[in-house]
Amino acid sequence: MTHFKVNGLDQSFDGDPEMPLLWYLRDILGLTGTKFGCGMALCGACTVLQDGKAIRSCIKQMGTVGGLEITTIEAISSHGPHAVQKAWAEVNVPQCGYCQPGQIMQAVSLLSSTPRPSDDDIDSVMAGNICRCGTYQRIRAAIKEAAKERA
Amino acid sequence: MITIENVSRRSFLQGMLSASAFVLCARIVPRPPWAEAVGASPTIDTTAFHPGMFVGIQSDGTVYIVAHRSEMGNGVRTSLPRILADELDADWSRVKVIQSDGDERYGSQDTDGSHSVREFFDAMREAGATARLMLVRAAAQQWGIPESQCVADPVHVVSDKSSSRKMGYGELAAIAAKLSVPKKEELKLKSPQEWRYIGKPAPGSDVADICSGKPLFGMDVRVDGMLYAAIAHPPVLGGKVKTVDDSATLKVTGVKKTISIDPFTPPHAFQPLGGVAVVADNTFAAFKGRNRLKIEWDNGSHAAYTSAEYKKQLQQTARQAGKVIHSVGDPDAEFAKGGKIFEAEYFAPHLAHASMEPPVAVADVQADKVTVWSPTQNPQGVQEQVAKALGLKKEDVTCHVTFLGGGFGRKSKPDYAVEAAVLSKKTGKPVKVVWSREDDIKFDYFHSVAAMYIKAALDDTGKPNAWLQRSVFPPIGSSFEKDAVYSGAGEMSQGWNVSPFDIPNFRSENGQATAHIRIGWLRSVANIYHAFAVQTFANELAYNANRDPYDYLLTLIGSGHIVDAGAQGPPGIAEKYPYDTARLRRVAELAAAKANWGKKKSGKGSGMGIAVHRSFLTYVATVVEVEVDSTGAIRIPHVTTAVDAGIVANPEMVRQQFEGAAVFGTSIARTGEITATNGAIDQSNFSDYPVARMNDAPYQVDVHIVESTAPPAGAGEPGVPPFVPALCNAVFAATGKRVRELPLTRNGFA
Repeated sequence: MTHFKVNGLDQSFDGDPEMPLLWYLRDILGLTGTKFGCGMALCGACTVLQDGKAIRSCIKQMGTVGGLEITTIEAISSHGPHAVQKAWAEVNVPQCGYCQPGQIMQAVSLLSSTPRPSDDDIDSVMAGNICRCGTYQRIRAAIKEAAKERA
Repeated sequence: MITIENVSRRSFLQGMLSASAFVLCARIVPRPPWAEAVGASPTIDTTAFHPGMFVGIQSDGTVYIVAHRSEMGNGVRTSLPRILADELDADWSRVKVIQSDGDERYGSQDTDGSHSVREFFDAMREAGATARLMLVRAAAQQWGIPESQCVADPVHVVSDKSSSRKMGYGELAAIAAKLSVPKKEELKLKSPQEWRYIGKPAPGSDVADICSGKPLFGMDVRVDGMLYAAIAHPPVLGGKVKTVDDSATLKVTGVKKTISIDPFTPPHAFQPLGGVAVVADNTFAAFKGRNRLKIEWDNGSHAAYTSAEYKKQLQQTARQAGKVIHSVGDPDAEFAKGGKIFEAEYFAPHLAHASMEPPVAVADVQADKVTVWSPTQNPQGVQEQVAKALGLKKEDVTCHVTFLGGGFGRKSKPDYAVEAAVLSKKTGKPVKVVWSREDDIKFDYFHSVAAMYIKAALDDTGKPNAWLQRSVFPPIGSSFEKDAVYSGAGEMSQGWNVSPFDIPNFRSENGQATAHIRIGWLRSVANIYHAFAVQTFANELAYNANRDPYDYLLTLIGSGHIVDAGAQGPPGIAEKYPYDTARLRRVAELAAAKANWGKKKSGKGSGMGIAVHRSFLTYVATVVEVEVDSTGAIRIPHVTTAVDAGIVANPEMVRQQFEGAAVFGTSIARTGEITATNGAIDQSNFSDYPVARMNDAPYQVDVHIVESTAPPAGAGEPGVPPFVPALCNAVFAATGKRVRELPLTRNGFA
């Protein structure tokens, strides 16, 4: 039995240890904000926070989550929208929106380690998150907006 | 054509709205006869009268507007309802958008071909104006004064012009619900100066829900007792299972059983591909079990398909006379004069859609009724195909439309929803079919590969007197007719049958090609390869004539004329949407001016490229700026696009579409390539089918929208086609290396 926390709540798991955290979150816990895009850590749609840092939940096996604190898009802010979510709305980032929870989680992680990111910081960190609608220039603008907001 | 009924007492919105709510149904002809040839879908239902949109007003003043088209990032849940809300003088903050199920009474719901605003603009306005007039009449009746004394002013209330009396829409709803519907002649549509929302930028209706991770998408659907399924599809189109060993699969924790799915009967159309399904109690178990299946396949005749060989055949065909599509003057006579001839061949490979959300559907078959939840561009197609597969009537199938995590044309094809229905029937439980990314890329309806040949006879100034263009590709029609080898009218109308240029002698041709994989429409469809060939050729002619490419492009377009497509022109379209090259010239001038064309020196690794193209009735010019380093790595610092899409319902959405089109175009131009070996697709995921990421997408895309009073045209697709040749032309300006074959990675660039 593996014990860990998801969005502040204690959880345990004794199923297939190879099951990726992504499918545990989506199919077992019903937290579907974390998206499936590629299954190989190539697109970033499944990004969640592990102890505050972005990871790809599609390659994080349940056998390895013991003792970890996982945060998903559903719980990045306890009171009202997070600064990053507000900036996303301000800039009207989403088109289809499917990749955006992953983009937002990655951006939250970026801003916690680099509060005033440069274009290069943003591009290199966000390059792991694919958006097929092509919202990249708005994502970049929204991250800068959020950085300003938090400063 | 639109007629509107008061259906307050028999509305399907019942349950959501109170008994006194006011509900209007608009009966409209949403799809004019020419739509089929302009759009890509061969399944459009063009029968005459269709019931259309509904608007309902609740006694608390909440206005419900039904979005009957699919939301996939196209902004349709914002743009269309705001058109109706404008004529209704509704307060947008009190509007709730409801997604409709699949229902033929709405008219066409097949959200493709950049149709939504252009085909429903009038209908939405009339529906809004009708509701407004009825609210005004309700107030007049209530106050016992002439209708002319009442006015909807400013929003959500009707005022008495002679006093300070006002009544809110909510208060008036119950009275309006009892009124008869005014005739169309009685409606007074607003003048453009009076528009409140049309033409004004507004953000998406669903941004907050999207950003908080709400379960909006097909992938997020959960139904009680639902099983999960993954399917091993035949690696080659038309392949069948010879033997299957599922012993290792059945040992996987969570796997329930394996079920075989019948192969299709050609033509494959929207039928499932067949194969073996693994049903489990979670997605991961289904995937893991599927990976452990040992299947021996009978691959069938398409196993002979290898794309490298096929490319040579297409190129060979493109060098020979083809079927004449359209002809002006006598190009052969000009070619025979023996003057200066310029010719070139172009090639563009297959592409996959790769929307971020792979195909997914949930189906629940109960006795003779089926409920499907699916991210679909084509809910009525889901109803039809599921009904057909299960031997039911279309009305027995309910299709709930979720948000789509991208569509790009893939999700117009309901094969994956049929798979879910077949498996639900076989298991007696609701089943969610989830395609992996590998499934999505290997078993797509692929954008067609194309070989093109263009030849021009030039005068002393380097301007063409004659132009011949020939295009060869396995047609979309091959998915619906077993032996289709020639293009349909749709693909030919996409940047090929006629020329945007002022050339006295012109001929377009099409050569035959047999398909060996499923061919389908992808955002912008045949415009992609056709614009690539024509706009690259134009650029080549400019350099050949020692002319500035932009100046030369203006010379080719001329001062502007109406392009006559003759018999190739679908009936009705030329009257409402004449192909006016003066508008093409105007967007070229605007894009060049905004991009500061000619102010920067090209060469030594930096350069600008320009291209123009009209598609989906919209005129677009794009200027791309590139920097190419010594390793061939391309950066795109700036893209400037000018758009004339007629009246624009929501400029913010149009800007988003064109920003996105530049990124989509970057993926196509730079790395987009699907190949096949022995009938099976070689690519599988974003590792070997890379798409543009933030660090290689254009840094800045500026979109300039031309003010226009012309009828609304398309917005979702027209940005892609000119982007690709503009980028390749910029690469030539920067490096002197001409790109005649896509993608750029095949030309030493990265």
